[in-house]
Amino acid sequence: MLQIAFFSVLNGLVYGMLLFMLSSGLTLIFGMMGVLNFAHAGFYMLGAYFAYTMGLYLGFWPALVLAPLLVGLAGALVERCGLRRVHRFGHVAELIFTFGVALVIEEAVALLWGRPAKTYEVPTLLDFPLFRVFGSSFPAYKAFMLLVAVAIFLFIFAILTRTRAGLIIQASLTHPGMVAMLGHNVPRVFMVVFGIGSALAGLAGVIAGPVLGTFPGMAQVLGSIVFVVVVIGGLGSLTGAFVASLLIGIVQTFAVALDVSVGNVLMAAGVPSAASAALHDVWKVTIAQVAPIMPFLLLIVVLMVRPTGLFGTRES
Amino acid sequence: MPRLKNAVILTVVLATVIGLAPAAIPQDSIRIAYIDPLSGPFAATGENGLNQFRYAADAINKAGGVLGKKIEMVPLDNKVSPQESLIQLKKVVGDRIPFVFQGNSSGVAHAISDAVQKHNERDATNRVLYLNYSAVDPALTNDKCHFWHFRFDAHADMKMAALTDVIQANRNLKKVYILGQDYSFGKAVAEAAVGMLGKKRPDVQVVGNELHPIGKVKDFSPYVQKIVASGADAVITGNWGADMIGLAKAANDGGLKVPFYTYYAASDGVTAAIGAAGIDRIRLVHETHPGNPTPPKPLSDYITGYRKLHPQNDVNQPRIHTGLNMLVLAIKKAGTTDADKVAAALEGLEYTNLGGDQVVMRREDHQLQMPIYISVHTNKGIKHDLDASGFGLSLESKVERDKATQPSTCKMQRPR
Amino acid sequence: MSAPATARPLAVGRVAGAGRLRAYAPWIAAALVLAALPHVIRTPVAVPVMNQMGIAIVFALSYNMLLGQGGMLSFGHAVYFGLGGFIAAHALNLAGRGGLYLPVPLVPLVGGLGGLLCAVVFGSFSTTRAGTVFAMISLGVGELMAASSLIFDRFFGGEEGITTNRAKAPLLFGLSFTRDREVYYLIAFWVLVAAAAMYAFSRTPIGRMANAVRDNPERAEFVGYSQRWVRYVSFCAAGLFAGIGGGLFAINYEILTAENMGLTASGAVLLMTYIGGIGSFVGPVLGAVVFTFLQSMLSDYTGIWLLYLGVLFLATVLFVPAGLAGLLMLHAPAWRARRLAGLIGPYLVAAAVALVAAAGIVGLLEMVHFVASAETTRATKRLFGISVAPRTLTPWLGFAALAVAGALGLRWAGPRAAAAFAEASRPDGRR
Repeated sequence: MLQIAFFSVLNGLVYGMLLFMLSSGLTLIFGMMGVLNFAHAGFYMLGAYFAYTMGLYLGFWPALVLAPLLVGLAGALVERCGLRRVHRFGHVAELIFTFGVALVIEEAVALLWGRPAKTYEVPTLLDFPLFRVFGSSFPAYKAFMLLVAVAIFLFIFAILTRTRAGLIIQASLTHPGMVAMLGHNVPRVFMVVFGIGSALAGLAGVIAGPVLGTFPGMAQVLGSIVFVVVVIGGLGSLTGAFVASLLIGIVQTFAVALDVSVGNVLMAAGVPSAASAALHDVWKVTIAQVAPIMPFLLLIVVLMVRPTGLFGTRES
Repeated sequence: MPRLKNAVILTVVLATVIGLAPAAIPQDSIRIAYIDPLSGPFAATGENGLNQFRYAADAINKAGGVLGKKIEMVPLDNKVSPQESLIQLKKVVGDRIPFVFQGNSSGVAHAISDAVQKHNERDATNRVLYLNYSAVDPALTNDKCHFWHFRFDAHADMKMAALTDVIQANRNLKKVYILGQDYSFGKAVAEAAVGMLGKKRPDVQVVGNELHPIGKVKDFSPYVQKIVASGADAVITGNWGADMIGLAKAANDGGLKVPFYTYYAASDGVTAAIGAAGIDRIRLVHETHPGNPTPPKPLSDYITGYRKLHPQNDVNQPRIHTGLNMLVLAIKKAGTTDADKVAAALEGLEYTNLGGDQVVMRREDHQLQMPIYISVHTNKGIKHDLDASGFGLSLESKVERDKATQPSTCKMQRPR
Repeated sequence: MSAPATARPLAVGRVAGAGRLRAYAPWIAAALVLAALPHVIRTPVAVPVMNQMGIAIVFALSYNMLLGQGGMLSFGHAVYFGLGGFIAAHALNLAGRGGLYLPVPLVPLVGGLGGLLCAVVFGSFSTTRAGTVFAMISLGVGELMAASSLIFDRFFGGEEGITTNRAKAPLLFGLSFTRDREVYYLIAFWVLVAAAAMYAFSRTPIGRMANAVRDNPERAEFVGYSQRWVRYVSFCAAGLFAGIGGGLFAINYEILTAENMGLTASGAVLLMTYIGGIGSFVGPVLGAVVFTFLQSMLSDYTGIWLLYLGVLFLATVLFVPAGLAGLLMLHAPAWRARRLAGLIGPYLVAAAVALVAAAGIVGLLEMVHFVASAETTRATKRLFGISVAPRTLTPWLGFAALAVAGALGLRWAGPRAAAAFAEASRPDGRR
């Protein structure tokens, strides 16, 4: 039991931190531009594929730096050439646009790299078990993932709160009109933020690719979970995204680990097992089975109780 | 209201376009529909399957075709969706194509099988045969069996019987963990494993029997931790595609070193993803000789020829060759492409497949009877590797046809 | 209901005499067209595809009650379509076993009631707010129900879903619905009924208030309407019609699976509604027809059709943000001024060069696809009826030249078409 608890915390942290890398960029984009960016996971996938291809020629470490930069550039380009034009048609248009971008990215990846999964491997330098306890091991690479995610959090947090550029970004989040009046180029701020957000997603892809697999469906598997994180945390709130990521990471991991069914719980609560026949479907459902829907339950509950999200200050 | 008028005009124009869309029907060939994913996340599997069909069809055509005509595969994309499959099936019916091959996903197979049965009962003049080359939910040839469905793969129970034979022989195994995808096939695997282990090895303890959502799990580490915690000596899983790759990766990372008994842990990127960590540890149950270490000559030539055309793909479903050739034999025997007559000819038909095995289509449930192979993932003595990775499957044991057979509850109703 | 009872109904009934006929004319025309279509188009796939379009039309129209008329962006509308469908399928099964007298033509009604019931339940908490909060709750509900459908397999049938058999239901007027064409007329009937009902709803006071709440919730409250209540009513009505769509689906395909309720289905209805145009009543109809057509036919011709679909979305948003119906509506002034004919020339030129550009790009993409996936021994591919050899340089240059020439031509022809349009839609008397 101790082993499960211990590794569940670790795995929950790793998964949560991965979610954070994705949601940190998205929350800035979402919070600032109000764009439900469906292409975000696409940039994550691009990061993994760029790093895979660069890794073949340059090795993992240069790719770790170059691939996110390239993805960031692609993101900035999408904002500059597409999203900016669509902006005046409203949020639904922007959403459809990002949806189209996501579809094009996925199909382009499948066309250029092929459908089967790529063998994008953990770099040999980090390919060893960090430690072994309770008969199970923890790979060094996952520790590296954690480290990178924490570094990103500290880095963005420092920039947002300690630098002038960060202040402008924060101001653009809430008062874009006022910031423009003060002579700042708000569209450019948007472009830069979109680029940085995409680069962060790309970085997440570079790091997650070897662990979670590099295949054209990797963006789709991630699905809408990043939106959930951003909304639970509160739009535009980095701290919120951080807390929500960890919360969802750990909740999901523990839900898998627990071998309890609804029937067990009801039985413990004194409901006679005769009810099991009538409630057959509900009765046999295990917590592990419902693990993937936990975040969405959490989302609905949070939004009903606190429409601004946990750390947010506004609804949209 | 010019808007509505415009809408009406546009509808008519579009409808006319639909009307003109289908190309002229060539009458000099026997057309065989192939309904499987050709776009979207599972397109790799579907495309590779289609290529294997075309490869097998080319060989048949070179040898003169059938009834003096060439056979032609008609690919139809179903995006692994039951709904899309039924839309494509309507096209098949509309174009009067009498044969449909499909294999990916038992969910889709149930939808097609049910729709084919309903259609055939309603329209006796334009019947369709559903030739299932890969969907292995046992129900399709048991409770849900019907006259117009034929299966060329061994179903999940037949394969599980072979797997449990191997487990039975391994006295070191005491605790087994069963993990699968939460749908009909995953459930069938789990049920068969529990039932058969209980009979063959009552001393073996099933320490975990778990279903996870299909295609939704991002990181399998929590599942691996549970397996480790349970103290299992072996894992049985029916996982395929991304779910198999994820499980294998997480097991490698978590240092889970126990053997895996699997249905689909090979090819389509899985072999490459498992790599060195799976050597002598991953076992697979399948229906034709794996091609290693000493392949039968026809199989070896077939694989080499296919690899020349598709360097990145594998002959991972030799049953495609079996299914298509048996269909052709049946058409020859019936002397027509009429679905009912060909179905009657297929019943009890015998055939020697690429691996040199004698297989037969059982009359009472339309389940092909064949020997079953257990192979191991390795890089030693590999003549035909998978995923161009240097790793492949090597034969470990074979269960003969009469041992591999399973009873059926099917009560076949034949049209009069 | 907090709506003041004094609000005068703005329904069609107010139109009198010859005007009434004028108001009904489009509906009668639509009915005639629907009745004639299967006799005009006689290819075997036409009827199944049109059945699919009919279902999509009902679904998209119901979605536009939320998005277009109510300003509510939903990511979970398929839930009501799917649940309505499941309930209809179960009802049909029950009728088949003789447990219920339910002839097939009435099944969509059961689906509609099912959809309504679910919308009443889920709407009670999800419509409390508009905007992002509503969108995200709908996403949560959508994902929740899609995942639950795999867990609760008594009702949803797991991955295989619930199958049913319309031929076993009791007969009404001796109709057995064993042939697709019979089902077509049933769907056509329900499409007309549902569309007319939804059109009528948009003309009721509460339908008008949905627009008001969309545009300015505060003012709507001052007029005396609770914005929450107005949203809730629109939501329930949308659920009802989505459920009717689901019921039609159950009749046509005789199967319902988890994917009917999934995010993909919800996304598809959003896309088709948007492409058609959310600003007018007929927009979703156009969108449903075009989208279904592309979805079911394009994949027969190319393996990379999803890529084209993605490009189409991008192009729609960038160049036709008001959707197909919006594009048609833009020409209303020119139509009234009877200057539409003058546009044909410039438009044809622009369309021709656009086709050239598209052919070039499609050719290039198809060749990439060929090189990436075809057999190594195959040298040629048929493209646009000609045989090309993608492993040689010439076709690449050729298609690239086409693409460049088309793009350059579009730069020349595009502004001309735009100028012609501006000229044609110029109001009279002003220069």
